[in-house]
Amino acid sequence: MDRLPRWADVALVPLISLLFAAVISALVLLAIGQSPVEAFKVMATGAVGSAYGWGYTLYYATSFIFTGLAVTVAFHAGLFNIGGEGQAQLGGLGVALVCLSLPWPHWTLALVAATLGAAAFGAAWAAIPAYLQAKRGSHIVITTIMFNYIAAALLVYLLVDVLRPAGQMDPASARFPVGAKLPALNDIPGFDLIFTKPVPANVTLFVALGMAVMVWAILWRTRLGYQIRAFGKSESAAKYAGINPVRITIIAMLLSGALAGMMSINNVMGEAERLLQNSSEGAGFIGIAVALMGRNHPIGVVLAALLFGFLYQGGAELGLWTSIPIEMRIVVQGLVILFTGALDVMVRMILQRIFGMFRSFKAVGAA
Amino acid sequence: MDYATLLQVLDTTLRLATPLLLACLAGLYSERAGIFDIGLEGKMLAAAMAAGAVAALTGSAWAGLLAGIGASLVFAALHGVASITFRGNQLISGVALNFLSSGITVLVAQALFRQGGRTPPLTGDARFNPITLPGADALRDIPVIGPLYHEVISGHSVLVYIAFLIVPLTWWVLFRTRFGLRLRAVGENPAAVDTAGVSVVALRFAAVGITGILCGLAGAYMATALQAGFGREMTAGRGYIALAALIFAKWRPVAAMWACLLFGFFQALALRPDVVQAVVQVKVPVPFLDALPYILTVLVLAGFVGKAIPPRAGGEPYVKER
Repeated sequence: MDRLPRWADVALVPLISLLFAAVISALVLLAIGQSPVEAFKVMATGAVGSAYGWGYTLYYATSFIFTGLAVTVAFHAGLFNIGGEGQAQLGGLGVALVCLSLPWPHWTLALVAATLGAAAFGAAWAAIPAYLQAKRGSHIVITTIMFNYIAAALLVYLLVDVLRPAGQMDPASARFPVGAKLPALNDIPGFDLIFTKPVPANVTLFVALGMAVMVWAILWRTRLGYQIRAFGKSESAAKYAGINPVRITIIAMLLSGALAGMMSINNVMGEAERLLQNSSEGAGFIGIAVALMGRNHPIGVVLAALLFGFLYQGGAELGLWTSIPIEMRIVVQGLVILFTGALDVMVRMILQRIFGMFRSFKAVGAA
Repeated sequence: MDYATLLQVLDTTLRLATPLLLACLAGLYSERAGIFDIGLEGKMLAAAMAAGAVAALTGSAWAGLLAGIGASLVFAALHGVASITFRGNQLISGVALNFLSSGITVLVAQALFRQGGRTPPLTGDARFNPITLPGADALRDIPVIGPLYHEVISGHSVLVYIAFLIVPLTWWVLFRTRFGLRLRAVGENPAAVDTAGVSVVALRFAAVGITGILCGLAGAYMATALQAGFGREMTAGRGYIALAALIFAKWRPVAAMWACLLFGFFQALALRPDVVQAVVQVKVPVPFLDALPYILTVLVLAGFVGKAIPPRAGGEPYVKER
């Protein structure tokens, strides 16, 4: 069968997949006796209908850019990192330890230190599965799933028995010092004209966008990136070209874990200002959907993260204003992963049929 | 720890090991046929919701069981279509179906009953109730063995006994029947099976179907025997523990039973931190007990406790040469 034109491969395949996911979601809503049109209206009004809504949408999108990039980097090395959730939670631990260690004089210093702490803890949590995959051949998917559960248990233990201040009932760390408070978008001159009410989106958004540029530069403009992509395309060819598989596996996973960990500056430092149980709230898993939807390219990841930010904020609004449960957004998330990730071949086959029909029409016309 | 406490813990172990065992055997069929399935969790959850809902509506646990198997089969079929027919990524398909199930179960339960995504509490025949094995009361007073038989072995729901009977059955099917030989062959070398004139696609769909049925039993057990109704995320990662047990058991049925009993024992201990503390004389954090199955699995995967070699063609879609 003929290959698809490049524009169709890059833009049309994800859009058709998204359309499938949307149609099935609408059918699900109809099946439970709800109106898809009404639901979409509520979502759109709540997520993008006001600056306040955008403040939440961008906040969620910030987290998803980090976790989406994390999955992307690993994907390029041929590794499926499902451990973003655990790495993000450990990143949160790194943020909390950094923020609580010093009375930070200014948020800029705290942000740099916390970013490094988050990246280091996230990377460390990815390092063990990476080592086991590279040296011992244990499957990275299974080990990263196991590490998600181990991370959750570790954090429950730390929050209940170690980090919880005396006299506090809920399992959470102490509140971070004032100097570690990141400016929200409504605190930044210029942006405060748009965001008049307090919103959770904060300066981390710019860190996330910076990371997207950085990931692009690393993957497509450095020797390391070339090696990662070559290794992901064909392990045997990469080995023949003198690329060390152990080194690439470990570096790719360290980068991936660091990116996943960094999302915690958004939610732990920027929003909650203390470490809570299950701080990442599934954002690590959404990274999978974001990376697949974004076709593993930083530009695609940023766009897909915005889409999922819309879905998350809109889904929360559904839970608030309608009788549609907030779990609707997990359904959409699952459908997007299903169509963009697992049923990719099906979407392509349908498109190839259609393109093939056009071509034969043209051929008939020419003759 | 006295004998009575030990019996209590073992009794809980059996009850908690049952869903793990059913899901683990489910995964065994699929993975032996070369289809990775990290969607055990989602299938169990879908089955739990369907079983809880239908049992509540009809008042019959058996009708619930059938509905549970049906719901699980739908998810199994989706996984089959994605990973066998369209040769998609089996891991991604599993992840997707887990999310789909996690969301849709709450949506449906909420639409049906409007009780915050739960199904109504089940009573009487809507649940699988404990059955007393023959002679359990008569033998009760025999020292040591009597209480063991009465407290631990007897007094479970019928699904517990079914689960443990499926272990030898699975062994027999896999290692003593033609179907089992072909199933294992299709997971190791599908091209050879194809050359022999046996359909790879049909065999893999059959395996995925069996996986669906067993996950259906596991989910129905959760909602209609272990607990009295469905609640959101009630499987709580059991599908992944079952996956861990499967690797721990190196994809063998009898070893899978022991692995599930071990992991069930950890879960039972996590419910009784007082007992653990009395035995080891140090305060062991409950989260550590929760994490033990996962830590053990990582150790097994790392090759420190014997090497776990998965079926060779696992995870790879089969493309017939043209």
